[in-house]
Amino acid sequence: MSQILARFIIGGAIVSAFAIIGDVLKPKSFAGLFGAAPSVALATLAMTIMSDGPSYAAIEGRSMMVGGVAFFIYASLVSRIMMRYKFRAILVTLCLIPVWLGVAGGVYYFFWIR
Amino acid sequence: MRIKVDLSTLGQTKWHDYAVRFLFGGLITALAGIIAKKFGPGIGGLFLAFPAIFPASATLIEKHEKQKKESLGLKGEARGRSAASINAAGSSMGSIGLFTFGLVVWQFLPRDGAWIVLGGATVLWLGVSVAVWQIRKAL
Repeated sequence: MSQILARFIIGGAIVSAFAIIGDVLKPKSFAGLFGAAPSVALATLAMTIMSDGPSYAAIEGRSMMVGGVAFFIYASLVSRIMMRYKFRAILVTLCLIPVWLGVAGGVYYFFWIR
Repeated sequence: MRIKVDLSTLGQTKWHDYAVRFLFGGLITALAGIIAKKFGPGIGGLFLAFPAIFPASATLIEKHEKQKKESLGLKGEARGRSAASINAAGSSMGSIGLFTFGLVVWQFLPRDGAWIVLGGATVLWLGVSVAVWQIRKAL
């Protein structure tokens, strides 16, 4: 339980720090780079290295590449849809989360499990 | 286009906007750990690139740009949507850096110093992301 709480606090702090950096930068397209910062990864990997060792954390890094591919497709779709249609950001970003889950799960299955 | 730091945007952000991002960031980090423990590091690792605060950040950008335009007596909805779209395009470029981060961790973490690898992967994430952004701008 204490490890989960530590992950929550460290993760929240690192994610917030990267988000604030993104907030103050201009132009918006450059600030957007920080929307894909490895904030969750840094918090998680640091704790995983300490608890389970670097080899275990390296496997998480391999899967993270797949998550990165899913993030690329997700963010590209959000950008296209927001530009083309008159939907609110909250609606588009939340409705496309299943796309991230589907791509991440699908690519992971085809490349690392099959 | 020049890269600028504009600290005035910090004043536009309400405390609950910071709290929401802290909450989602913390939750997804804790969740990634729980998933890794239950299903193994292969599945858990996917969530290291989960768009945890993306919806909250996009909504915030849309709101700020809309308010800015409306304070000048103009309609701001299209401007808000456009700003959120441009920001998302930037994030898609950053995700190429995120892929590189994962690649470095996967290849170097088992045999090199953990903290050096994490630091190097972060520097490389930024370097690759900025390079992709500059190439995209030049096209």
